[in-house]
Amino acid sequence: MTTRELQTSSWIPRAARPADTSTARARNRWTLLLRGGFAGYVTVLVALPLLALVVRGLSVGPRGLWEAITAPVAADALVLSLVTSLIAAVANGLMGLAIAWVLVRWDIPGRKLLSALVDLPFAIPTLVAGVLLVALYGPQTTAGSVLSTYGLQIAFAKGGVVLALLFVTLPFVVRAVEPVLRELDHAEEEAATTLGASTWTTFRRVLLPPLLPALAAGTVQVFARSLAEFGSLAAVSGNIPHRTLTAPVYVLGEVERGEPASAAAVSVVLLAVALALQLASRSLVALVDKRRV
Amino acid sequence: MSEKVLIRPHGGARWAIVAVVVAYVTVVIVVPLFALVATVAGDLRRVLEEILDPGALHALMLSAVVAVIALAVNGVAGVVGALVLVRQRFWGKRALDALIDMPLAVSPVMTGLAFLLLFGRGGWLRPVLDAAKLEVMFAFPGLVVATLFVTLPFTIREVALVLDEIGTSEEDAAATLGATSWQAFRLVTLPNIRHGLELGTTLTVARALGEFGAVLVIGGAISGKTQTATTFIHTAIDERRDATAYGIALILAAAAAALLVVLQRRPRKGT
Repeated sequence: MTTRELQTSSWIPRAARPADTSTARARNRWTLLLRGGFAGYVTVLVALPLLALVVRGLSVGPRGLWEAITAPVAADALVLSLVTSLIAAVANGLMGLAIAWVLVRWDIPGRKLLSALVDLPFAIPTLVAGVLLVALYGPQTTAGSVLSTYGLQIAFAKGGVVLALLFVTLPFVVRAVEPVLRELDHAEEEAATTLGASTWTTFRRVLLPPLLPALAAGTVQVFARSLAEFGSLAAVSGNIPHRTLTAPVYVLGEVERGEPASAAAVSVVLLAVALALQLASRSLVALVDKRRV
Repeated sequence: MSEKVLIRPHGGARWAIVAVVVAYVTVVIVVPLFALVATVAGDLRRVLEEILDPGALHALMLSAVVAVIALAVNGVAGVVGALVLVRQRFWGKRALDALIDMPLAVSPVMTGLAFLLLFGRGGWLRPVLDAAKLEVMFAFPGLVVATLFVTLPFTIREVALVLDEIGTSEEDAAATLGATSWQAFRLVTLPNIRHGLELGTTLTVARALGEFGAVLVIGGAISGKTQTATTFIHTAIDERRDATAYGIALILAAAAAALLVVLQRRPRKGT
């Protein structure tokens, strides 16, 4: 059979015929159109504004950048953001692992409710999270006045900042660890237990290693998200310079004061930290995927 | 079967871990939520009066309208973007992929500032806006642009996950049987990605309704014009109108709870 005969034989489906290139050409045109349209959308919507921010931030030069982030209020805000983000990352890293464990391994009553509560911070506006904490710990509330008799203050104090961050970042580690824990092969664990390893040894030597990349990726997400958090803190922290003012709220203050240069400079520093973290998180996730194959 | 040999801390340790987890979630999430509900319930008449105020209703409407626009635009962009990123190979794909995650890493305030530097006085796109006689800063288009920015990743990521898993064999089959690209997309791809699309657009709406920092900087929270539900709460707190702030916050929390029901239907990997 010649090629020509093959092309025209009727039993070969239309689209499979080499001669029928108009469909292929149309498909190709769509491919390019979709790619170009999407790339254009992302460039205008995301790349352009961020470029404007970085250019403006760097326009003050290295010396100006240093001065912008070491200005007394700015430096304290950056330190507070970094420290409270670290606390949130450690606390929600550990508790996230424990929550994922309980959700996957133990069939406790109310597990579905627990799972829904863990997802709640994904759905609830972060400003509302801050309002919740004010409604609970505000100066006029029962809890607030009881605590203040012991000299403790949460709303408009550092405790409020940490609690708000814990609230908004609760789901990240749980949702990162959960799928890995679910897919974990039980054989090694059984082997370790049968060979007489203690519960703690089995957990530390057999179970923890494969979970580590996901745990680390989730924890990095918590840190990055905490560093960027704004809405809840605007409501609950009271935004007191040197005490409860975090870096993103400081940026807002600079914008409102009509100082976009210093706002952009601090933004560039925060952006650099976030980018470095995102890079780390991405390579960790890639590592997780490689292990799971 | 094998369940029995898996490590399971006995009685005491096990219940201690469960108790710590439950106590943690209770203190961090449940108690504050309950505090808001109790506060509003205790002062219901005043809260109702306050939130029926035209300014509050306008703010809620505005948030809903912006969320619907974000849902439509980024729903379509999300499906297109996921198809492009999963199915196509081209130069610059990694950069595009990384750009899509940027809105998750940038603080909302910085997003607002970035657009301010673009659209504000002396901004890069100022000449274009002037020529088109379009006002973005402190106006409705600014709210839309900011919301589109912060909600960009959700649909793309969720749909891409599904596309990655299902592969192209069914579409190839459709094409072999003579379906056009559009038919293959509508009859094969779209039904297959439905769950991812549902989840992604739910997260988009949740994020759009809750966006605060970016719309505050770009919109300026002008009452009756650019004041959204969240910036309305912020203004109410500043003006010490607590009942109003709590009332609108509770409405947003209720909307979040409704969206949460959709999130819970997410199929969990490995189950």
